[in-house]
Amino acid sequence: MKDLFDNIPDGPLADKWTKYKAEAKLVNPSNRRNIDIIVVGTGLAGGAAAASLGEMGFNVKAFCFQDSPRRAHSIAAQGGINAAKNYQNDGDSTYRLFYDTIKGGDYRSREANVYRLAEVSANIIDQCVAQGVPFAREYGGLLDNRSFGGVQVQRTFYAKGQTGQQLLIGAYQALSRQIHKGTVTMYNRHEMMEIVKIDGKARGIIARNLITGAVERHSAHAVVVASGGYGNVFFLSTNAMGSNVTAAWKSYKSGAHFANSCYVQIHPTCIPVTGDHQSKLTLMSESLRNDGRIWVPKKKEDSQAIAKGEKTALDIAEDDRDYYLERRYPAFGNLVPRDVASRAAKERCDAGFGVNKTGQAVFLDFADAIARFGKDGVEARYGNLFQMYEKITAENPYEMPMKIYPAIHYTMGGVWVDYNLQTAVPGLFAAGEANFSDHGANRLGASALMQGLADGYFVLPYTISNYLADDIRTGAISTEHTEFEQAEKNVQDRLDFFMNNKGTKTVDYFHKKLGKVMWEKCGMARNKQGLEEAIVEIKAIRDEFWKDVKIPGVQNSFNQELEKAGRVADFIELGDLMCRDALNREESCGGHFREEHRTEEGEAMRNDDDYAYVAAWKYKGDNETPELHKEDLKFENIELKQRSYK
Amino acid sequence: MSNSAGLFSSSLGRKYLMALTGLFLCSFLVIHLIGNVALFTDPVQFNEYTRFMSSNPLIRIMEIVLVVGFLTHIIDAILLTKANKAAQPVKYAMDKKKSTWYSRNMGLTGTIILVFLIIHLQSFWYGYKFGVIEMAEDSSGAAIKDMYTMVLAAFSQWWYAAIYVVGMILLGTHLSHGFQSAFQSMGLRHKKYTPTIQKVGTAFALAMTLGFISFPIYFYIIQL
Amino acid sequence: MNITLKVWRQNGADDKGRIVEYKMSDISPDMSFLEMMDVLNEELITKGDDPVAFDHDCREGICGMCSMYINGEPHGPEDLITTCQLHMRSFKDGDTIYVEPFRAAAFPVIKDLVVDRTAFDAIIQVGGYVSVNTSGNTQDANSLPVPKADADKAFDAATCIGCGACVATCKNSSAMLFTAAKISHLALLPQGKVEAQERALNMVEKMDELGFGNCTNTGDCEVQCPKGISLENIALMNREFLGASLKSEK
Repeated sequence: MKDLFDNIPDGPLADKWTKYKAEAKLVNPSNRRNIDIIVVGTGLAGGAAAASLGEMGFNVKAFCFQDSPRRAHSIAAQGGINAAKNYQNDGDSTYRLFYDTIKGGDYRSREANVYRLAEVSANIIDQCVAQGVPFAREYGGLLDNRSFGGVQVQRTFYAKGQTGQQLLIGAYQALSRQIHKGTVTMYNRHEMMEIVKIDGKARGIIARNLITGAVERHSAHAVVVASGGYGNVFFLSTNAMGSNVTAAWKSYKSGAHFANSCYVQIHPTCIPVTGDHQSKLTLMSESLRNDGRIWVPKKKEDSQAIAKGEKTALDIAEDDRDYYLERRYPAFGNLVPRDVASRAAKERCDAGFGVNKTGQAVFLDFADAIARFGKDGVEARYGNLFQMYEKITAENPYEMPMKIYPAIHYTMGGVWVDYNLQTAVPGLFAAGEANFSDHGANRLGASALMQGLADGYFVLPYTISNYLADDIRTGAISTEHTEFEQAEKNVQDRLDFFMNNKGTKTVDYFHKKLGKVMWEKCGMARNKQGLEEAIVEIKAIRDEFWKDVKIPGVQNSFNQELEKAGRVADFIELGDLMCRDALNREESCGGHFREEHRTEEGEAMRNDDDYAYVAAWKYKGDNETPELHKEDLKFENIELKQRSYK
Repeated sequence: MSNSAGLFSSSLGRKYLMALTGLFLCSFLVIHLIGNVALFTDPVQFNEYTRFMSSNPLIRIMEIVLVVGFLTHIIDAILLTKANKAAQPVKYAMDKKKSTWYSRNMGLTGTIILVFLIIHLQSFWYGYKFGVIEMAEDSSGAAIKDMYTMVLAAFSQWWYAAIYVVGMILLGTHLSHGFQSAFQSMGLRHKKYTPTIQKVGTAFALAMTLGFISFPIYFYIIQL
Repeated sequence: MNITLKVWRQNGADDKGRIVEYKMSDISPDMSFLEMMDVLNEELITKGDDPVAFDHDCREGICGMCSMYINGEPHGPEDLITTCQLHMRSFKDGDTIYVEPFRAAAFPVIKDLVVDRTAFDAIIQVGGYVSVNTSGNTQDANSLPVPKADADKAFDAATCIGCGACVATCKNSSAMLFTAAKISHLALLPQGKVEAQERALNMVEKMDELGFGNCTNTGDCEVQCPKGISLENIALMNREFLGASLKSEK
């Protein structure tokens, strides 16, 4: 079916955004204060959008489930933010950043969106520096750059290993300024529970005050969902414990499409799982692969001996080590992209060469780097990471190779949006990781921060104004509409159900069960049979969940289990959609690897003839199969190539 | 709030006041200690020094300034302590602090020092001015109040000397936090100079404590 | 490992609250402290009891959401980490561990170990920013060089995660380290210098108004700060505020 309009402006790629801005409709300053905008989520995208829209004079209501907008999970990004500034004079340009992003995304993203992203990237750095973001600098006082994610230029701006934190604090400060001025009203510890549509347009949300448990109605002329990604569908991921899909999922259920949900990014350098108690995976910066060498023993018996604790890495002779990335990808070696490195680790571990108790870990060895730069040299480069590793694992990485394993890190898929970042529901916008728009099937390192801020600071202010220009005569939206009443009732019914269900199992029990199915059958490698099984298994989990989940406490109070229950209910439904999406996509591209579709050497094989489209799924009802809508991707400026890292 | 008028009612303003009066009182301690050295010289010189201190108009004015300094330091401390108690109304069941005991108990040491001060003033200041006191001769042969003998008599009692020793040790702890703390409160902190300030503070506290303790101990021992 | 927990339980702001003892067995030393709390909660829910409410989110030491006063120290016994980075191997088999909420009049308890730290947001809102609007036309990021030493110091101050450990450990529940970190971060950069004094006046005034205590320079905050924010920042704030108060014409 084809009812998706990307609304990309005409004209040459490089002129589209300029043309759009010139032609966009505006809202007169005196009218802006009479227009309400709801922003759900206060990370880089949501925080930046709320602050910028507030500065423009709109009446913004911002929501976050955390106790402060400063805690959004954007804060955890370590590496950096890309921008085509070409401060290092190494030939960078808007076009090159655009090209790298499309290629890195395995040719599954929209050219016009990506070009705009590359175009505004330079503004982001200017804006952040003006806000007082303390980026790393050189001795001359100018900004420092590093290269990141295997690209050929140094375009990554960073603030030690805390770039996300510093950028988020910048956005948070801008937001705080608007809260003080009264243009933004902040609702901390509030969870968005439902989208309210009136006459087909998004006109508000139902939110639950997480302290009092009160269910509240909030109206607006437009709603922005910037609630982040859905990696927690796997239970174990590098996401924050509270990161959830609920706001995006409610958007889907209210008529927006959910696109490319099978595209998830797996980060190769995370600290391995140690046991069933594990709640969260910790990422070690990708930069470690610049100097660390990844290996497993060549002999299975060595791996088993290490797992049992009979041998250590140091007992394995050089000749008995398999530096498998260097062996398989001599050109890129340990620096192959994230998806390739992750799958290679899985392949070795599945074959029985894993080096810890669970059999799911490989070595990341710094012995050569220490020999080359000395311990001090390595410490200067990676000291804080080594320290973090030692704190978590109680092993000293200067003496013993680190153990790492891939983990779910980022989700490229999300709510389908057009060029305006508007969903199929008029007035409902999605930004940042919550939308699907810019990263295709795989995200380049240091591009998530860029996209979040681009959407929030530089795209939404134009596109939302353009949309709201027609709304200046609407007046305040009453929350007395029957649609609000109905939506509130839906929310209330669901809460009542949870509280009154006399089940026996905790929410985490179901979440872990779902995560296991997702990781094993819809994780790093997928196949038809596994996905079909997963759909059946998820259905069973869903049925059991609604029958047997147990929520303690009361509804009208601070109740963290009740919060989790709503989120996990949505994750279960999303899991089903992801498997369907993965099953539909009969190719391997980016973060989506179908075992049936690989070259003779075992590498991912894309199918551009049949699958160069965005798979946007439309909700058809609780027990109905969702409907697939395809948005064909047109490549007018870039030639499609198979990625090779040999 | 007017910012300049609010200066000393703000939390930071009160810190400045604590710091400034504290440093001022430190300077008094130095003068007092130097003056007391006369006790080690001879009775006549000490008695003349005492007479000078109690009759010189400039010193009398300074005495008033000193009282104001003490009162400000004390009242400010009471106000701060009150606000600080209110800021943490519920205490922990288990609390481990890594800071020094004396840095957390400036109010307590200050209060004990105040009690000491009252005893000290009662014995010597009040005793000298209004009490019954023996007379001696100064270097010109004129009559002079015999403070020296008064000191000697006071420190011949072991418990009285002990009060002084304890009081001065507490003063030492008070100073060792207070001196460097005053610089921090005034914003005078620098990677290069602060370690020196801290060392000077400790040395100062030690010098004051040992200096003032030396009198009761010396006079107690020589009268054994 | 076997552990005895003594956990502060308080059902809402109006409840008086009390310490409740829980015995935990078979705790793996590889567990993080919060994972141990997860296990406790799973057990409580299965038994039909109310689980212990505690704040947490990123579980990698950067969001600042986790709090807890563990065995007498904010974020527990190890230095330079948050509660979520604390592992059970930091304790011994048979230990008794006290778990309490951060205590401060300005951080009222919401439930059990969860406290309301919005007072920190309120301090930032009155001036913890550079007054610049979003625009595609701010000057080029490299048009204003910043001495590396200043940029590094500003960064160090800006690493504050707003967790509130400084307030919790301070015997006066003072928010000086938090407030000073923001004042320093921005005052050290040319972009923030313009309104540095106004910022110091407004933020300190707000801090006082919210019921945080005063600084008595004990230095506990610096020791317990999971990000190692230095007392130097408080000195800088003291300087800024003094200058601002004297110069201000208001």
